[in-house]
Amino acid sequence: MTNRDIAIRAEGLVKHFKEIKAVDGVDLTVPAGTVYGVLGPNGAGKTTTVRMLATLLRPDAGTASVFGHDITADAAAVRTQVSLTGQYASLDEDLTGIENLILLSRLYGYAKPAARSRADDLLEAFGLAYAAGKQVKSYSGGMRRRLDIAASIIITPRLLFLDEPTTGLDPRSRNQVWEVVRTIVGEGTTVMLTTQYLEEADQLASRIAVIDTGRVIAEGTPGELKSSVGAGSIRLRLHHPDQREHARKVLAASLGAEAEFDDDPVALTAMLKPGEDTAAQGSHVLGELAKAGILVDDFSLGRPSLDEVFLALTDSVQA
Amino acid sequence: MATTATKTRSDQEAPEPVEKERLRRLLATGERPAPPSAWVSVRAFGWRSMLKIKHVPEQLSDVLVFPIIMLLMFTYLFGGAIAGDTGTYLQFLLPGIMVMSIVMTTIYTGMSVNIDINKGVSDRFRTLPIWRAAPMVGYLLADMFRYAAAGAIMFGTGMVMGYRPAGGATGVLLGVALLLAFCFAFSWTWTWLGLVTRSEKTVMAISMSLLFPLTFLSNVMVDPATMPGWLRPIAANTPISRLVDGVRGLFDGNVETGAVATTLIWSAGFIAVFGTLTVRAYNRK
Repeated sequence: MTNRDIAIRAEGLVKHFKEIKAVDGVDLTVPAGTVYGVLGPNGAGKTTTVRMLATLLRPDAGTASVFGHDITADAAAVRTQVSLTGQYASLDEDLTGIENLILLSRLYGYAKPAARSRADDLLEAFGLAYAAGKQVKSYSGGMRRRLDIAASIIITPRLLFLDEPTTGLDPRSRNQVWEVVRTIVGEGTTVMLTTQYLEEADQLASRIAVIDTGRVIAEGTPGELKSSVGAGSIRLRLHHPDQREHARKVLAASLGAEAEFDDDPVALTAMLKPGEDTAAQGSHVLGELAKAGILVDDFSLGRPSLDEVFLALTDSVQA
Repeated sequence: MATTATKTRSDQEAPEPVEKERLRRLLATGERPAPPSAWVSVRAFGWRSMLKIKHVPEQLSDVLVFPIIMLLMFTYLFGGAIAGDTGTYLQFLLPGIMVMSIVMTTIYTGMSVNIDINKGVSDRFRTLPIWRAAPMVGYLLADMFRYAAAGAIMFGTGMVMGYRPAGGATGVLLGVALLLAFCFAFSWTWTWLGLVTRSEKTVMAISMSLLFPLTFLSNVMVDPATMPGWLRPIAANTPISRLVDGVRGLFDGNVETGAVATTLIWSAGFIAVFGTLTVRAYNRK
């Protein structure tokens, strides 16, 4: 692929902080115009990687280029193309929402009146106009995050880094951030998103790199990653607690899986078969239970959790 | 330091959703303005620092309460004992206390720098197409305003108490100019400290523990001639003491050119040493 199609090309990025190897050889290829997810637990090296790519940190080893510009040799050019919304909203808490946006607009080169109207427009678009005159320190987490993202698109960047944009937000705010990301990508901006939540990467990203202890341990589309790992579990709540043992046998027969009794006296959980359609397995199990005369009050299909993805991936790395 | 508790809004109170169409239109405006000149960036940061004073007026009042109390206390309680009568002592004390209180407000520069770094605000500034030093210079420019405001308040208090500058308006203005020049230079010490320490509380602690002895070990309170022989040269020659000599001289109308010159040399030194250290520490972040 030519440079036009690749937003980020990184090879062997390394960053050590004293003895801690925060990033220990990261390779990435991010196609332009998409959302690229970087998924990993706390301390995996996501933030450090993003900060290096945004030219806020110098790598100790390795190379990377953003739209063809080297991040160390050509950092200034990289900065004209990218915008970063970090984990902790980088806004001046003492100033009001509109003052923050006006300041940044002026620093991007807008004259004072243009800065003012740009700020107004952004606040309207992000649903924050009613709080424009309030200090940012009084904003809720969701509002801060929206303002932070607004600040990152005062000038539409070619590449937007979002570092854990929905950590700590309630579901409604999280959805709003997702809407914003989809709209931004829809207009041609590339987004690199780091997250701890598989669901977020799943919902937004076209490709995901899974990072742990400073290395990429898996890479692919969300579907590829999930099916490589396992289909998750099914959890049942029965009508009659004394049917549990029977249910366990049925599950063993239909899934070949050992069901575990939960503390809840009517509930039990079993792992689904990996590689096969989750919904199909679910309805098969329910069918078998119905045939056996077992009344089911409630059931749920659990998708593989991040822990399961990680365990599976790190197991396969060690294998 | 005074802190005000602010009520944080809950997300339930955010009734307005994101408006996707407006957002799309905002994103589509492709042309971006030319990057701002160094002067424009500095002015924008100066505007920001002034806004911070407006939003956090404690920055001004906190550092004035103590010196005003000291001014009152030393003049009326000790003035007679130290200098014979309170009026005479006031004439001696006011320039010194003014210098001391304004030098103390320079600490806030360091704290602001530190807070910006810790809160990630400076990350955003560093990804902007602006002159790297603009944020620092912006802080310092707005600080000039803060120093002038603090100076006016201290001076006003002194006048109310009966202080009369023999050097007239010219003398006072020149004295204040010298003081501002020194504070501009001295603030680089704190900007550097703000960059290399972990929290703004550390900045305050270190700066206070430096400034307090310097204030007393100087000619702010008393003439070093009254101190023991071994202490006199130290107390008389700290940068603060020389500055006070210069300011006092200008206020009183008998200008000590030696003191003024020494102060300016110290100022140049502070800028050269701590200015460089600041820039280097900032680039390393």
